[in-house]
Amino acid sequence: MIPLSWYLIFAAALFAIGIFGVLARKNAIAILMGIELMLNSVNINLVAFWRYITPERITGQVFAIMVFAVAAAEVAVGLALIISIYRRRKTIVAEDIDMLKF
Amino acid sequence: MTTETIIWLIPLPPVLAFFLIILFTNRNKVLSHSIAIGAALLSWFGSMVIFWRAVQVEHFGEHPFSSSIPWFPTGLTHIQIGVLVDPLTAVVLFFVAWTVLMIFIYSVGYSNFGQPKGDHDRPGLQPHGATLTDEHGHSHKVPSIEPMYSRFFAFIGLFAFGMYTLVLSDNLLTLFIGWEIMGLCSYLLIGFWYAKPSARAAMIKAFITTRVGDVVMLLGLVYLYFTAGTLSYRDIFYNPEFLDKLASTPSGFFGLSVAAVIGIMLFIGVIGKSAQWPLHVWLPDAMEGPTPVSAMIHAAAMVSAGIYLTIRIYPLLTAGASHGELTSAMVVLAFIGTFTAIFAASIAVAQNDIKRVLAYSTISQLGYMIAALGIGAYIAAVFHLITHSFFKALLFLGSGSVIHGVEHGVLHTDDHVDPQDMFNMGGLRKKMPITFITFLIGGLALAGFPLVTAGFWSKDEILADAFANKHYIVFVTLALAALLTAFYTMRQITLTFFGKARTKAAEHAQETTWTMTAPLVILAIFAIGFGWVGIPEDFPAIGGVLPNWFHEYVGGTLSSHPATITFGYEPLLTSVLVALVGLTSGWLVYRKIQPGAVDPLKKVLGPVYTLLQNKYYFDELYDFLFVRPSIWISETFTYLWMDRKIIDGILHSIAYVMPLIGTFFRNYIDLPIVNGSADLVGEGTKKLGQVLRVVQTGRIQQYMIGALVTIVAFSVLFYYLLVLTP
Repeated sequence: MIPLSWYLIFAAALFAIGIFGVLARKNAIAILMGIELMLNSVNINLVAFWRYITPERITGQVFAIMVFAVAAAEVAVGLALIISIYRRRKTIVAEDIDMLKF
Repeated sequence: MTTETIIWLIPLPPVLAFFLIILFTNRNKVLSHSIAIGAALLSWFGSMVIFWRAVQVEHFGEHPFSSSIPWFPTGLTHIQIGVLVDPLTAVVLFFVAWTVLMIFIYSVGYSNFGQPKGDHDRPGLQPHGATLTDEHGHSHKVPSIEPMYSRFFAFIGLFAFGMYTLVLSDNLLTLFIGWEIMGLCSYLLIGFWYAKPSARAAMIKAFITTRVGDVVMLLGLVYLYFTAGTLSYRDIFYNPEFLDKLASTPSGFFGLSVAAVIGIMLFIGVIGKSAQWPLHVWLPDAMEGPTPVSAMIHAAAMVSAGIYLTIRIYPLLTAGASHGELTSAMVVLAFIGTFTAIFAASIAVAQNDIKRVLAYSTISQLGYMIAALGIGAYIAAVFHLITHSFFKALLFLGSGSVIHGVEHGVLHTDDHVDPQDMFNMGGLRKKMPITFITFLIGGLALAGFPLVTAGFWSKDEILADAFANKHYIVFVTLALAALLTAFYTMRQITLTFFGKARTKAAEHAQETTWTMTAPLVILAIFAIGFGWVGIPEDFPAIGGVLPNWFHEYVGGTLSSHPATITFGYEPLLTSVLVALVGLTSGWLVYRKIQPGAVDPLKKVLGPVYTLLQNKYYFDELYDFLFVRPSIWISETFTYLWMDRKIIDGILHSIAYVMPLIGTFFRNYIDLPIVNGSADLVGEGTKKLGQVLRVVQTGRIQQYMIGALVTIVAFSVLFYYLLVLTP
C-alpha cells in the first residue's frame, strides 16, 4: 500500500503549483484555475487523512464533498465576475484591474 | 335611623352646603342661603332628636351614645375616631344647634337680602347703600345687599361644621380638627370685608394670637398621646388609675406633675381660643367682621369651644386633687379666669363701640367660666357656658340689629356718624321695639338680674360655689366683676335705647326685618327660660318647684357626681345686690346724656378712664414687645442683613470667583490637555494613513504575495516558538 506521505507530498506539490499559478499568471481565468488546484490539493489531504487515520468516521469525505460544492459555487461566481469585468473593460488581465487602490 | 347614625350625620349638612355654595351656586343668592339654612336646619333637627333621646336615658353618663371607627393605622394599632354624646355633649349640642340656626337665619336679614344692589359696592367692602328713585322723582338711599352674599353663607356653613365636629367628637384629635377649622373660618370671616385695612389687620391678629395658644395645645396633645397612647375621652378622662398615675408622675417642669403640665398646655390653647388674658387682644378687634360672625365666634361657637375643651379635660385638671384642695392646674385656671373676668369687665366700662363692649363682656364672662372650673364648680361652669351662649348670641345679634337700624338712619339722613358708637344713639326703644325688648332681656341676663333671667342663676351658682368652698378672693373679685358687668350693661342699654336720639341718624333708625328679629325673640326666650332648669333645690321660696334637672343631668358626665353645695344667703344677697346696684347706677349715670357730651365717667375716673379706654395699653405693649421686634427681625435683620448682605453677598462673591476659576481651567487644562490629545488622535491617524496609503496598489497579486509572506513568516515564528522552544 502506498504510504500516506506520498499523498501528502503529492498534495503539497499540487498546492505549490496552484499558488504559483495564482501569483504568476496574468490571466484571471488562470488565477481561478490555480485556486481550484489548491482546493483540490486540500481535498486530497482530507481524503488521505480520512483513509489512513480515521477510516471508521466519514467526516473527511463529507468535508471533501463540501469543498467541491464550495469550489463549484466559487468558480461560478468567479467566472461570472470575470465575464462582467471583460464586458466593461475588455480585459481579463489581473494587473490591469487595479481599481481597488486609493 | 339609629341614634349613632344620626350623630355621625349631624356635622355633615353644613360642610356639604359649604362645598355646594362654593362650587356651584355662588352666583345665585336665594339658592345659596336656602342651601345653607336648609343644612343648618337639618343639623338642628338631628341635634334635637339626639338631645331628646339623650335626655330620656337613665344614668346617661354611664351609658352614653358612642360609636367609633379605626381611622389610620399607627403601627399595630389604629387611631380611633368617633362620636360621643354624653350629658355634657347633649346640653352643649342643644345650645349650639339653636344658636347656629338662629345666626344663619339672622344672616339673611343682616346681609340685606331683598335690597337692591349698591351704587358702588364692591366685593370686600361693606355694602354702602343704594339710591332708589320713587315715582315722584324723590331719590333716597336704602341699604344695599352684601356683594359677597353667597360666600358669607358658605363660610358660616364651614364654621358650623367645625363646631359640630368639635362638640360631637369622642377624642381630642377630631376635637382639635374642628377647633382648627373654626380657627380658619374665624380668620376668613373676621376678614370678610378684606378690602378694609382694619379688617385685614384684625384677621391676621386673631389668627396669629390664637395660633400661639394652638401650638402649645398641639404640643400638649402630643404629650398626652405620648403618655396615654390614645386621645379618646373615655380612655383618658374616665380612667381614674391612669389619671392618678399621671398626677403622681413628676414631669420635671417646675415641679409639676405630668397631668398638670398636659392640663396647662391644653389650657393655653383655651386661653388663645377663648380670649383669656394675656391672649385676649384678638377678640375685640375681631368685631371688624359682620355681626353674625361676632355672634357666632364670640358667643355660640369658637370661644365656647375653648370652655367646652376645659370642661372636657376637667378630670385631667383635677387629677390628684385630694378632698377640697386645688391642683396646680386648677390654681392657674382660677387665677387666669378671675383676673380676666375683672380685667375685661373694667375695660368694657369705658368702651363706646356697642360691639366692643360686648366683646369685652364676653371675655369677662368666659373668665367667669374658667374661674368656676378652677375652683371646681364644674356644673356651674357648664350652666354658665350655656346660658351665656344664649344671651350673648342674643346681645350680639341685637347689637347687629341696632347697628343696622342706625345705618338705615345714616343712609336716610346722610348724617355720616359712626353707627356703632353708642353715643350716637339714644331713644331707640320706640324706633326698634322688638330689638329693644330682646336686647333688654339679654342685657339683664348678662347683668344677672335676679330671679327672672338665666344669667342670674348661672352666675349665682358660680358665686355660691366660690363662697361655699371658701375661695373668698375669687368670690370677691367675681362679685366685683359682676358689679361692673351690671354697670356697663346698663350703660349700654341706657345709651342705646333710653333718653332722646342724639343724632339725626338715630332719629331715623328703623326696626329691622323679621329675619333679624325672629332669631332675637327665640334667643330671648332661652335667655330667660334656660335658667329654670338649674334652680338650686334649696333656694328659698321657689327652690324645688322645678327640679334641678341640670345639676342631676350634667353631673352624670363625671365619673363621680359632684356634690351639691349647701345654700347660703351671703352669695345670693351679694349677687342680687351687685346686679341691682350696677344696673341702677348705670341707669342713673347715663340716662341724661346730651348730644356730643363726654362720658360722665371720664370726669370721675380721670386718667384711669383713659387707661381703660385704651384697654390698659395691651395692644401697644404687645406691639412694642412682639410686633415691632418681629417686623424689625424680618425687615432689618432677616431681609437687610441676612438676605441682602450675607446671602446675596455669598452669591455675588461666588458669581465673581467662578469665572476666574473657569478661565483658569480653560487656559491651562482644557485647551492644552483635552483639546491637544483629541487633536493628536485625529492628526496622527491622518498622517499614518498618508504613509500607509502607498501600500494599497489595487493589484490583487501583490496582496496575495503579501498575504503569503505574512503567513510564511508567522508559520516560521510559531514553529520557532511552539516546536523549537517548548
